[in-house]
This record gives sequence, structure tokens and C-alpha cells, in this order.
Amino acid sequence: MRHILLVATATAAILSPAMAPRAMAEELPTLRIGLADDADLLDPTVARTFVGRIVFAGLCDKLFDINEKLEIVPQLATGYEWADSKTLIINLRSGVTFHDGTPMDAAAVKYSLERHLTMQGSSRRGEIAGMERVEVVNPTTVRIVLKAPSAPFLSQLTDRAGMIVSPKAAEAAGKDFALHPVCAGPFKFTERVPQDRIVLDRFPGYWNAPAIQLGRIVYRPIPDSSVRLANLQAGALDMAERIAPNDVETVRKDPKLKITMYDGLGYQSINLNIAHGPRAQTPLGQDARVRKAFELSIDREALVQVVYNGMFTPVAQAVPPASPFYAPDVKPRPRDVAEAKRLLKEAGVKLPVTVTLTVANMPDTRQTGEVIQSMATEAGFDVKIQSVEFASGLDAADRGDFEAYLVGWSGRADADGNLWNFLHTGAPLNYPGYSNKDVDTWLEQARGVTDVAARRALYAKVAAQSAQDLSIMYLYIPKTIVGMSAKLAGFKPVPDGILRPQGMTLQK
Amino acid sequence: MKSHLGTRILQVVPTLLLVSIIVFGLQQLMPGDPALVLAGEERDPAVLAQIRAELWLDRPLPVQYFHWIGNVLHGDLGFSWRIRQPVAQLVLEKLPVTLQLGLMAFVIALSIGIPMGILSAVKKNTFWDYVANGVGLAGLSTPNFWLGIMLILLVSVKLGWLPPSGYVSLFEDWRQSLATTIMPAFVLGNAIAAVLMRHTRSAMLTALEQDYVRTARAKGLREYIVVLRHALRNALVPVVTLGALELGTLLSGAVLTEQVFSIPGFGKLIVDAVFNRDYPVVQGVVLVTATVYVALNLLADVLYVLINPKLRSA
Repeated sequence: MRHILLVATATAAILSPAMAPRAMAEELPTLRIGLADDADLLDPTVARTFVGRIVFAGLCDKLFDINEKLEIVPQLATGYEWADSKTLIINLRSGVTFHDGTPMDAAAVKYSLERHLTMQGSSRRGEIAGMERVEVVNPTTVRIVLKAPSAPFLSQLTDRAGMIVSPKAAEAAGKDFALHPVCAGPFKFTERVPQDRIVLDRFPGYWNAPAIQLGRIVYRPIPDSSVRLANLQAGALDMAERIAPNDVETVRKDPKLKITMYDGLGYQSINLNIAHGPRAQTPLGQDARVRKAFELSIDREALVQVVYNGMFTPVAQAVPPASPFYAPDVKPRPRDVAEAKRLLKEAGVKLPVTVTLTVANMPDTRQTGEVIQSMATEAGFDVKIQSVEFASGLDAADRGDFEAYLVGWSGRADADGNLWNFLHTGAPLNYPGYSNKDVDTWLEQARGVTDVAARRALYAKVAAQSAQDLSIMYLYIPKTIVGMSAKLAGFKPVPDGILRPQGMTLQK
Repeated sequence: MKSHLGTRILQVVPTLLLVSIIVFGLQQLMPGDPALVLAGEERDPAVLAQIRAELWLDRPLPVQYFHWIGNVLHGDLGFSWRIRQPVAQLVLEKLPVTLQLGLMAFVIALSIGIPMGILSAVKKNTFWDYVANGVGLAGLSTPNFWLGIMLILLVSVKLGWLPPSGYVSLFEDWRQSLATTIMPAFVLGNAIAAVLMRHTRSAMLTALEQDYVRTARAKGLREYIVVLRHALRNALVPVVTLGALELGTLLSGAVLTEQVFSIPGFGKLIVDAVFNRDYPVVQGVVLVTATVYVALNLLADVLYVLINPKLRSA
């Protein structure tokens, strides 16, 4: 008997140190998140999808993050300082390690930023193209020198361009880094079965380990929103992103579930082709009065009410109200059919004015198109809806093969990210071919100053001018609607729609 | 015989080559620039150019085709543009999932369709016949995706009996694997069960009127022996042929069912690849499928020759 006891004690003594962390990991619950899509490459340098960003929130920490109020807060950095308008000094958190145990230091930051800028196939290049060089000052300080002053630069480091990867792992894996990414986030990569699941396990060496109360996260792509909801209701998911507005009541009525809704950073809009190829040669494309009449024929409130149960916020500009750069004077105009008719008469166009509206082939966008169609008819428009598969619509828009195109933007924390690429002459997402010298100048000036009030004044001018010219007619800001189990607590809604695991707890 | 087989095998080569050209060509007809889709929201022209160069999209079509087919002939199906995994690996991962689903669906279809067909033939023009016909008609006319969502809502959400979606491999946990696949297999098998039921019914009705059945009855055999041993055996021949043909339907039906139940199988692989303009995956999957069909056809030809001596001299 004594022998057995001895053996048992000895075994326990030998096993206990090894068992301890495992037992702890087992105690912490697994969070199962339903995503609306499968992520693409899990390498922050080349990744392109929104759902990919949700997975990165668990996997890769960034130099900076944004909080609920859209303020820039330090994450892997501890702070920053502009030495002059082109030189940014970033202080780094000391003692942080990557999942492979190598140190996250100034050399790693330099490596990652240079990788984002120069690696073949990098999707980050455009975001940080203004960067001239990165210098290591000491192990916890880097100096970034820009080619020209750039106020939005810092906000780029709050997203994928600010994610720091392990240089050792990245060098060893080469192009295959995305298959087993190594970063400094709260969870480390465990496995991925394409189209089925991505599994991350808690990284015990995380610099902010106490904030992580989950042992594992399983991300499951379930594209159909009703099936995603059914999984949540059946308890097969603890959290589901992008719940359909029409399902909100169902979730609210379910005592096992709860819902969080908040304004996003993006918008839904109609792009009107005014100078992009031959299809711009329409009354709508050539006469701002016709575009204004089109806008006045549409009741944004009613549109949102019919299609989205009134849950989204109508807007008339690209920058969301939560942003410090929102222009409060640029409000959606109320519907005025009489004025719309008067404008059409003044423009001297033949009635009805035919407009082909291209929409992506999804139930809600088709319905939005139909509501616009019926509203605009009353003012003298004949709207034809062309429903196309999403990729085909994008391709057509890129070639200028559209008259009016219903398309959204997921939004960026800094106003520049919602404006420049769409309104600046020759910018890549400026489908309508819009070009206004003043707008170009204001956008350029706003990049050059760091003072918030000065930038706000410039963006207000852009918003007012864009609402006059109407190359893009902004409709509403979609809400981020996240459904979750009632047992899940501590979720902090940040307008970018990313689900951050920090602070979340799940009762078993 | 050898020359016959030789000709058949030789015919396979141009067939597959033609398939490869067709699948490559059809993709080019699809609107939507793959580089644009891949670039996502960050549409930097320099990045677009880089993507096009890396994926050979900036070369003339024949060059692209020969580059791809050359690699295929060396056993390399390329890699997925979207997630950078080898296409061959994806195919090997996904095919068993769909095969399991298809096999289960087929077993379900047989076990519903044939007994119901027998029942309605034997009890012709009675209550049971009408019930069986009604069920068959419902099975034929219910769309897969609707039935799928209804089943999820009833069985998973309301009753909580089965997981609503997802997939677990048989080797990982066979119980969980059956639990995740039984609903989609039922949805998939249901429509085929209806077809099988109707054919079994008419074949049985014909068989039951034959002389040998009357003789069997006259011998005083029990009715169930007459039905199952004598009539069914003969009636099954066309049904089995039809069942084999329906296997193809099963694979195409899997495309929809896998979407509804989020099962990471062959069908979901190809649908997602088409929407994401992931050309190498689409090409690889179609080519593999075509090769399997052609190989099965060839096998059937060989079997015919072996079974039927008349063909040997040909």
C-alpha cells in the first residue's frame, strides 16, 4: 500500500508541472464564431478579406488599435511621437514574444513594415506607400521616415499594415507563411480546414494574458445568414457576425441569445457614372441637376425602413457620425418629388429619364434597387434594375460599364480611407470618373496636416462639394449586428466590426 | 480484344484534352476579372499588375493554357489563388467528404424508395398506394435547399437532436460524423428515393402480371416469397441501372446541399471557387471529375468485353 502511495505521489509530482498549463487551458472555454465568409490567406501582408481581419484579431497584434470611440490606442507600441511632420517615433512594449518564442522588438517591426511594403503580392503596399524608410533606434524604439507629411499614416498601423510577424518564421516559410502564420497575438494558429474551420489556441506567453479568458477560438465560415442564425440558436455557435436585420427580432425573443448592434465605418451608396467611358453619356451622367432630381426622388428613411426594418442610419456623406471628421452640416435631403420634377424640367431632358441601376444579386440589394425604382418613377425616372453576380458587377464598374451602381464600402477608421480612393482624380475606386480640382486639393491638404480641427474643416468642404456633384450618392451606414449566446460577456463593440477576443468571457 | 481496348484507351486522351480546353475556355467567358476579385477592397493598380503577372493573367490565353496543361501533365494541378493550397491536396481532402455524403444518401434513397415502391405496387390503388405516391411526389417537388433549412430549424433548433451544420470525419469520431451527415444525406437522398420509388412501382406492377408470378402463386408459395423472390428480383434490374445513373444526380445535388449545411465537400469547393474566380481550383476539380467519369466508362467497356464474348472478336 505504501508503495502504491509513493508511486502515486511521485507520479503526481513528476506530472504536475507538465499538467498544470494543460489543465488551465482545458478549464478555459472554447469560443465558436460563425463568419459570413471563409477567410483568404492568413498572412497580414497579403490578406484581403474582411473576415480575415476578424481572424487576425485573435492571431496578430498590431502596433496600434482603435477603441469604441475611434481613438488610436497603443497595442504592441506603448506610444508615439511626431519628431517632425515626416518623422514618426514609435516606442515598443518590451518583453513581448511571438508565438515561436522569438522576441518582438524594433528589428521585427522594421522587418514586418518592410515586408508589407516590398513583398511581391503585398496588399499593404498601397496603405503605407508613403513610408520612405524604417530605422531601428534601439530594441524598443523605431523611427519611421515618410516621403511626405501624412496624417492618416498612423491609422494604417491600426489595421493589417500594423501587424508584426515573426521574422524567423516568415523567413523560414517564405510564400507559405499564410499556411502557418506566427504573430504576437493572444492566440496561436493551430489548424485550418478550408471552408470548414480555423482553429486558434490560447498563447500562454501573450503580453496581455490576463485579458484572455478563452482557451480556444474556432472560426466557422457559414455564408447563409439564416443557417448561421440557426447554428447560433441551436447552440452550435457562441457568436455570429452579420445577423440579417430581419432576424434581429428572432434573436431578441430568444432568451438564450442576445444581440449587439452598432454603426459601422462604411456606407452603402449609388455610384453614378459621370465621366468613365461612353456609358457616362446619359442625362444622369452629364447634368448635375438630373442627379440632384434623382436624389430628391429617394426617401432614405423609407428605404431603410422597408429593406432593413429601419435599423440603419441614413447619411449623405462618406464619413460616419462617430468620426471626428464627420460634417454635421451635410445632411440627407428630405424627399421632394415636386422639386425633383422642377429640376428635370429645368434640365430640359426627355421624360422619363431611363437609368440602368446595377445591383449585386443578393436579396437585400435587389430589394433596395426595387424601392429606389418605385420611388424614382414618381419623379419621372424609369429605373431598370440589372442584377449581376458580385464579381461581375465589380468588373463592369472597373471598366466603366455602368450608369448607376449600388455598391458599398466597409469603411476605414480615418476619413481619408473613405474619401481619397473614391473622390480623388484617377483613384483606383473612383468608378464614376469624378474629377474636381478643389476636392483633390482639399484631400491632399488634409493628408498633410495632423491638426484634427484643420482636417475636419477640409473634409467638411469635400463632403459639401461631393454632395453637390453627386458622383456618389450616399444612402445609409449599415450597422454591425452581432448575435451571441447570453452566456458570453465582455464583448466590446468597435465600429470597424472586428470581433476582438480581449475581455470576452464565456460561461460554461 | 486487345485492339478494341487499345482504341478505347487512345480515345480517352483526346476526350480529356477536349475537356481541359472546354473548362479553360468556359472560364474565360465568365465575366469578372480574377485579379480584381483577388485584390479585394485594397485596389492598388501596382498590386493588380503584380497579381496578374504572378498568375500569368497578363499573358495570351494559349500561353496560359499550355502553362497550365503542361503542369497538369507533370502531375501538378497548381495551387488555389485564394488560399495558396495545392489543388490536388484540396481535391483529396474534399472528395471523401462528398463520397461519404453521397453513399449515405444513396443508402437512404434505396431504403426508402424500394420498399415504398413494392408497397404501392402490391397494394395498388389502396390507401397505402396513395400515401406512397404522395410522399414520392413531395420528394420530387421539394427543393433541396428549402427542405434543408426546414430540417435545420426543426431538428436542430427546435428539437436540438442533431448539429445544424458542419462536418466531422468518420475517422475522427464516427458517431459525430454520422450526426453531422445524416440530415444532408436525407435531403440529398429524398429526391432520388422518389425517383426510385416510382420506377420500382411500375417495374413491380409489370413483374406481378407475368406468367412466372402466376405460376409461383399457383405452386402455393407464400405471397411475400412471390413478391420478394420472384417479382422483385426481376423488377430490380432496370431499377439498379437507373440507380447507378442517379449517382451522377447525387453528386450535382451535393453542390446545393453542401452549401446549406456548410459541409466542406467537393460541391462547396467548386461553388466557392467559381464565386471567387479561383480558376486553378475550378479547372482542377472539373478535370478530376471528368477523368473519373471517363475512367469509369472505360472500365465499363472492359467489363462488357469480358462478359460478352461476342465483342472479343471485334
